[in-house]
Amino acid sequence: MRKKELKLVVTFHTTADAMAMEKACKAHQAPGRLIPVPRAISAGCGLSWCTELSDRECIEKVMKEVGIEQEAIHECMV
Amino acid sequence: MIYLDNAATTMQKPQAVIDAVVAAMSSMGNAGRGANEASLSASRVIYDARERLASLFHAESPRQIAFTCNSTESLNIAIKGSLRPGDHVITTMLEHNSVLRPLYLLQEQGVDLSIIPSDAKGRIDYADFEKAIRPETRVIVCTHGSNLTGNKVDIARVGAIAKAHGIRFIVDASQTAGVFPIDVQEMHIDILCFTGHKGLLGPQGTGGLYVREGISLPPLKSGGSGVDTYNTHHPQLMPTALEAGTLNGHGIAGLAAGVGYIMETGMDHIRETEQRYMWMFYHGIKDIPGVKVYGDFDTQDRCPIVTLNIGDYDSSEVSDELLMTYGISTRPGAHCAPLMHKALGTVEQGAVRFSFSHFNTEEEVKAAIAAIEELSKEE
Repeated sequence: MRKKELKLVVTFHTTADAMAMEKACKAHQAPGRLIPVPRAISAGCGLSWCTELSDRECIEKVMKEVGIEQEAIHECMV
Repeated sequence: MIYLDNAATTMQKPQAVIDAVVAAMSSMGNAGRGANEASLSASRVIYDARERLASLFHAESPRQIAFTCNSTESLNIAIKGSLRPGDHVITTMLEHNSVLRPLYLLQEQGVDLSIIPSDAKGRIDYADFEKAIRPETRVIVCTHGSNLTGNKVDIARVGAIAKAHGIRFIVDASQTAGVFPIDVQEMHIDILCFTGHKGLLGPQGTGGLYVREGISLPPLKSGGSGVDTYNTHHPQLMPTALEAGTLNGHGIAGLAAGVGYIMETGMDHIRETEQRYMWMFYHGIKDIPGVKVYGDFDTQDRCPIVTLNIGDYDSSEVSDELLMTYGISTRPGAHCAPLMHKALGTVEQGAVRFSFSHFNTEEEVKAAIAAIEELSKEE
């Protein structure tokens, strides 16, 4: 398995929000990709947006602009 | 991409299914809403789908097949339409949330619920059904195959128990319809709930239910029916009783083609191919150090699913690595079967599910085995 790194992981209330996030980030050329929610955050299922810690400001700006509300923004080993 | 998530949906569809949907989209009017040629064309296609499904499941008549959007809708109709406060219902730990959540809701409304336990391999003891039955038991509802482990339930055996006690028997055939033979008469199934987009190889948004003649289910929805316009109530006759509003005719055309494909290709051939891939994968990974496989592999009679974990790695990490490094699509995490995860001890870790289609190839299975070998070696 690949070595884990500290990443920024955004979780959402719904899958629809996660998909809106991917679309918005693509449109705004913001970095990151969808991954399954890591166990460290929540056992279960669902999608989250994973990117570098340094992208936090950029991501938050996109979310604010397009009106996506996150469940939480985590810094965790992914 | 190597697609091994066929228990979620069979992504690769027969060309006949694709062609049928395309043809329907350029020719179909609204079924049962007039006698113009386009409307009749839709009615004929949908009736043909009913006939094929009735034949597949050995229903008394095509009229006993109603169409819905998916198994979840079918199960909601069947479960909520069969139970009243004060009734008792029996189910199992193998169930999907599409069975459990309607039951939990009814429990809050005064329905008493018994859940047959599972052992750590996802197996149930059939004697537990008999033990759980009471005078007020009205329904037994269970899956034909676990979406998490692939373990099958002997529904003929459960059906015989239900029949002996005069209890309505509802089966969730989401993981088995189209791959395993289902005979609602021989198996004493009163209501069979199926989805169109898995083993039946049809489009998503299609599904339905078989309801035994003589059972009247109150509909979840009422509305347009194409008949009996001046009646203030929705018609009670099957299948109209459960089909308010315009059906997904384009999708149902694809579903009919899916059933046609299964009949032409042979369900036995499809099942044997899928099981061959499952066993090949299972034997390829079961002895790899650190790999833990869930479910009962002591029997040959199981759905083409292998669910595993590697060490204590998060299942979502393993699944993500399989996709990013090897291009293999699987499903990680919790699989909408909360009690099954509890029984297996995978609530926290989740599990990585590999599920096979007859459209897969041996090369793809070998690649998946090699990927697990590599991943389990790495620190």
